[in-house]
Amino acid sequence: MSTPQPPMPHSAAPEWPAAPGAAPSAPGPAYPTYTSPIPVVRTHLGHALASEWTKIKSVRSTLWTLGVFFALVVGIGLLTGLVVAGSDPDLGGESPLSLGFFGLLLGSMCLITLGVLTTASEYGTGMIRTTMVACPSRGRVLAAKALVFFLVAFVVTLVCASVVGLLHVSLLEEHNAADPNAEEWLKGTVGVSLYLALLGTLSLAVGSIVRHSAGAITIMIAAVLAPLVIALFMFSPSLEDVQQALFEYSIPNQMSIFYANSLSESGPSGWDPLWIMLVVTGAALAGAFTLLRKRDV
Amino acid sequence: MIELEGLTKRYGEKVAVDNLTFTVRPGIVTGFLGPNGAGKSTTMRMILGLDHPTAGDVRIDGTHYDRLQDPLTYIGALLEAKGVHPGRSAYNHLLWLAQSNGIPERRVREVLDRVGLTAVARKKAKGFSLGMGQRLGIAAALLGDPRILMFDEPVNGLDPEGIHWIRTLMKSLAEQGRTVFVSSHLMSEMALTADHLVVIGQGRLLADTSMAEFIERNSRSYVRVRSPQREALLDALHRAGVTAVDGADGTLEVDGTPAEKIGELAARDGVVLHELSPQQASLEEAFMQLTAESVEYHAHTGAPLPPQQQWGESWRKG
Repeated sequence: MSTPQPPMPHSAAPEWPAAPGAAPSAPGPAYPTYTSPIPVVRTHLGHALASEWTKIKSVRSTLWTLGVFFALVVGIGLLTGLVVAGSDPDLGGESPLSLGFFGLLLGSMCLITLGVLTTASEYGTGMIRTTMVACPSRGRVLAAKALVFFLVAFVVTLVCASVVGLLHVSLLEEHNAADPNAEEWLKGTVGVSLYLALLGTLSLAVGSIVRHSAGAITIMIAAVLAPLVIALFMFSPSLEDVQQALFEYSIPNQMSIFYANSLSESGPSGWDPLWIMLVVTGAALAGAFTLLRKRDV
Repeated sequence: MIELEGLTKRYGEKVAVDNLTFTVRPGIVTGFLGPNGAGKSTTMRMILGLDHPTAGDVRIDGTHYDRLQDPLTYIGALLEAKGVHPGRSAYNHLLWLAQSNGIPERRVREVLDRVGLTAVARKKAKGFSLGMGQRLGIAAALLGDPRILMFDEPVNGLDPEGIHWIRTLMKSLAEQGRTVFVSSHLMSEMALTADHLVVIGQGRLLADTSMAEFIERNSRSYVRVRSPQREALLDALHRAGVTAVDGADGTLEVDGTPAEKIGELAARDGVVLHELSPQQASLEEAFMQLTAESVEYHAHTGAPLPPQQQWGESWRKG
């Protein structure tokens, strides 16, 4: 470094003075350098959102997972509707919307998968480095991913839940089913869609923390199913309270509250599941953000 | 311009990059040379703000990478891993990159054209050969028309035509006044493209010198002589004050005397010569020598070793 620069006969390079070690360069470069004709843009969250939107819609796996989601929710919804209507039941004034629950419960697996893939798959392919080089603000990348995914998941779930709701109402109206009021419609469509989109966003945060697709999907599916399964095997009377809490706060039970047919009588009610999921997802995103900033990519 | 100052990266006990200080200047191609595992990629990742340095600092035109508002128009990088989703088309890969930095969409077509991928722009990246993947990575680096370009092992997996293309590309980019920083573990490759050379080994700086100076210092030239009258030849040379050392296969090697002179000395004594050829030791050997030393003695200097040691067997043992 300290040796004087000899002439470089084979290079067209001009002679530079030795770099002044620590002194930061003036904002306007003091040396001749290449200037691009491309206009310089100060990037903001909007650019990151556009970029993530292109990413999510330009891979086949998004279409597949959302396609399977649609097939599960609408397909199972239609089947349950037809089977129930075919058995000529007397619903005794119950809301027909609750029949959509099973399809959405199964469909949630697709949203979990897509959420995890949105973040974790970039670590598998090494694309995360390209992403972070293009946008060094890591918080902005995570925020853009979460927002784009949340909106996609919400809209798709809302469409599916509404279609299934309308189907059930029209199939079952002559079987003494109640005509759902506005509040029931709101909870059974917008409410449960927000809840599922948040569940997917939670998976996205877990994917960013775990950085491994299969691992994160396993964790999330376990989080949905394990509390119910564990509670089933808690026979001991001393564990009754724990068993009860596991039932009530398990994700399937929280989802069922949107149809007001909770598996239990105590525990969360009304819009509580949404607030619970909002807090959990927020905490997971905060954790993901902290780790993202701290870790090497 | 990229400025590194005391840049250090430690993974637990292992030091990957050890107190690197050097400057990559615009207008020339700077080669970043080191054996595999020397810390080249780690250094590049720290320049790009992907890895946090344990100590030290690195600035792009005076700014930290993560402070750059539109990084792709400042610096374009080709990293070792392809960094492409296999299911996404080349066009869409470049499109999301362009959108993330507010680069107009027409640039996507321009760079695809420049790297010769227009015909496969809508094909998925997983069907790409290694060479096409490298071209896509280079297209991504050129997307923002940046003033600094960084290529990590760009010729890996390329065919001779592709290698030639990259060499020409790097030189033309530097001629436009851009900073070009390219890593390689092949000295021969660097000798053809780089104007300036930064050599590291075990994460330490071994040399920071112009290519011309490196060649001058490290390439030993000598004359190989073969004769059936070996003793008579040695006498003739000895009388003229020229020393010859034993070479391979019974040849003699003479340093610092031109071939013409040796021929004349032999002719004067009527010695038959079967071979009289000027030789140039390869830069590859000089490079291996330099980096092998770093392993054995932790040398911290780019200065060449004394000649008798320089072509010894030490690096072969290492």
